[in-house]
Amino acid sequence: MNRALGRLYFGLMAAMLLAPLVVVTGVSLNERRRLLFPPEGFSLQWYGALFRDSAWLNAVTNSLSIATLAALAACSIALPVAYALWRYRLFYVRVLFGLGIAPFILPPVITALGYLIFWTQTGQYGQFWAVVISHGIFLVTLPLITISLGFETIDSAYTEAATTMGADERTVFRTVILPMVLPYIVSGYAFAFVISLNEYIIAYMVAGFTVETLPIKVFNALRYGYTPVMAAVSVVFIGVSFAIFGLVAKFGDLPKLLGAWSPREE
Amino acid sequence: MSSIDRMPGRAGHRGALLVLAYPSVMLGIFLVLPFCILIALSFYYRVPGGTYEPAFVLDNFTNLAKAFFINNTVHTLSVAGTVAVLAVALAFPFTYRLTRLPRRKQIPWLIFVLGVLALSEVIIGFSWSVLLSRTAGVSNIPVWLGLMERPMSFTPSGTAMLLGLTYLAFPYTVLVLYPPLSRLDPSLAEAARTMGASPLRAFFTVIVPVSRPAILAALIMVFVFTLGAYVIPQVLGRPQHWTLAVHITDQALARANVPMAAAMSLALLAASLLLIAVTAAVGKSRRAAP
Repeated sequence: MNRALGRLYFGLMAAMLLAPLVVVTGVSLNERRRLLFPPEGFSLQWYGALFRDSAWLNAVTNSLSIATLAALAACSIALPVAYALWRYRLFYVRVLFGLGIAPFILPPVITALGYLIFWTQTGQYGQFWAVVISHGIFLVTLPLITISLGFETIDSAYTEAATTMGADERTVFRTVILPMVLPYIVSGYAFAFVISLNEYIIAYMVAGFTVETLPIKVFNALRYGYTPVMAAVSVVFIGVSFAIFGLVAKFGDLPKLLGAWSPREE
Repeated sequence: MSSIDRMPGRAGHRGALLVLAYPSVMLGIFLVLPFCILIALSFYYRVPGGTYEPAFVLDNFTNLAKAFFINNTVHTLSVAGTVAVLAVALAFPFTYRLTRLPRRKQIPWLIFVLGVLALSEVIIGFSWSVLLSRTAGVSNIPVWLGLMERPMSFTPSGTAMLLGLTYLAFPYTVLVLYPPLSRLDPSLAEAARTMGASPLRAFFTVIVPVSRPAILAALIMVFVFTLGAYVIPQVLGRPQHWTLAVHITDQALARANVPMAAAMSLALLAASLLLIAVTAAVGKSRRAAP
């Protein structure tokens, strides 16, 4: 009885989480241009339209290139900080770590406004690169956390062995440490990539009127006139997110990355 | 830990500076500097008509004391508080059950929760506005069953906004609760069961009380998370339901009053930092306890 109740609750919550995904998918399959759910008829034409309509295609390209570069920037900043945090006992490293974590914990509207002002003052408002850098800094948190986790798993016996065999610090880093933390860098990259794809307010405040990313385009469509293409494109992006997290889980230890207790640690 | 002492060379601070030069420059220019400018701008004089000029005036902060801003802050805080309580109350049992699954079975659920977490606020707002609409929404089900005469619309409204925000916060809450709950000793629940408690009773009399620090931390994290919501109040709520994040953007873009927006965001920043400091203090006292 109790067990069934627990199962029912779990299922109910899962159904609630799933509901919007079902709706968006359903709406995207409508035959006519109207917003209907459950869908009337069945048609994949809006998915086709997505690839024919240059405005939507442009938004997809913008989002993908921003996410690719911003995640790269985030990892490039996070790796040295995470390494130093593990390697040196310095107060300054903790300060940098705290700085890297801060923008993600605070309400993003604050960071967004900060960037709006900063890029306006430096004359870069509305530029593609301004969005890349803003996202890159905003998302440093994610690789910073995963890569730090990766350094904690390194068994010092390996680095000791390498040193005993005469390797200098640089060689130890390249041949021993880097291969061990690489999976954590990749998952940090994946997390940053997916969040950048879906981020709205910072992209909007930095270049909302010149570089249209997908969430901006969807929001504009929502405000100024419905089209089923926005549902189709949402489904594609949801698919991309799930695929990326699936890959992270396949090649990494997802429960551990999310902070579960690991039997090997104890 | 001890790995630091056993590393080769112990090159010391010079090596550290070399490693940290690039991240320091990046974070310094693109994070610290924008925040400093944000602080400076909140003291600037706003020239009526849209521009601003360097000055040291407190007008923007004294404007914060006006009724409009105070009412708005109270509204935003109560929305964030309600959402935090709802999300934690709903997500706690869910997360607890999730962590009791064998690890292999947890993985698809974690992918699912992460996927929902990554959903753009825009997509969430859109799909809930469909779900709650008259033409395509849930009210068509009772109509179809003959329980209601005609379908009705639930959006935009304050309730719709709360629902959307709770949905937005749910996966985040699961991920905040996941680490502490997955570390809970399974023998706790077993002991309660051996003593004759039903699973439900064991959950409420043993699991919930031992998780009190985790619950408090989650409440605060979700509270701050919800303070930042921007799209959902606009899509699912009416203008009187708008939260501070919407008004800050509105001030900066539509009203072109950047100094005022800066002052408002600093107030939001102060509130968030205060709450995070409380979380950190709670975490510390918990670790200090035996």
